[in-house]
Amino acid sequence: MKKENYIRLEFPSKSVNEAFARAAVACFAAQTDPTLEELSDIKTAVSEAVTNCIVHAYPQSIGKICLRAAILEDNSVEIVVKDWGRGIDDIEKAREPMFTTGGDERSGMGFTIMESFMDELRVRSAPGRGTTVTMRRKISLRGKRAG
Amino acid sequence: MVNVTASGGDGRLRLSLSGELDHHSARDGMTRIGRALDDYMPRECVIDMSGLSFMDSSGIALILRVYRRMRECGGRLLIEAPQNQPRRVLDASGIDRVVKIQDTVKGADK
Repeated sequence: MKKENYIRLEFPSKSVNEAFARAAVACFAAQTDPTLEELSDIKTAVSEAVTNCIVHAYPQSIGKICLRAAILEDNSVEIVVKDWGRGIDDIEKAREPMFTTGGDERSGMGFTIMESFMDELRVRSAPGRGTTVTMRRKISLRGKRAG
Repeated sequence: MVNVTASGGDGRLRLSLSGELDHHSARDGMTRIGRALDDYMPRECVIDMSGLSFMDSSGIALILRVYRRMRECGGRLLIEAPQNQPRRVLDASGIDRVVKIQDTVKGADK
């Protein structure tokens, strides 16, 4: 699908960047005239995806995270979060609610929340080579845009 | 950043959270909460979320850790007044199966 607009961010896997990443995507996605709920859902999903990179992809080191966001011609927002870290051995298992390898500081609900808050979630990963999470959320057309 | 304010006494502890609760802020938040639990040793702990504008699943992990601590000592945990975004995360996690969530701050409607 044709991209109407896009951004690309690259940042190190420092936890202080979680707030920056979700705020940056929310600012960009605001162009689609979302409701507050749609915008906060996107922020939450971005926070989960970026946190996964920081906690799981690079557990003992600082690595690179690439975040791309695009507004598509059907007024949906597509977000791609990519890392070059440890990768996921069993994606199906990782997507199960409450499954975590992160100890009691993690709830194991990250993918569940991404799935709940976005319309589509795709996860591609290769052990030792990294993970790419692609999410899409359709933004409802409101007011003048809907007419 | 998440701010934690502890108040109470007489077996009760109110933890008022404000700001944003994510993985970055959760560790510091849990340290402060752990200290408050040690100081007050409550039978009932209330997490007042009315000032919390954002929370992701790191907040669920934090609540579960408080829940386990309260359960270990026979106490109970209650969550109060979450704003819309944290409420949606709480609902998606299904945590209301183990922790009671009250939509308003106790006494606020009086």
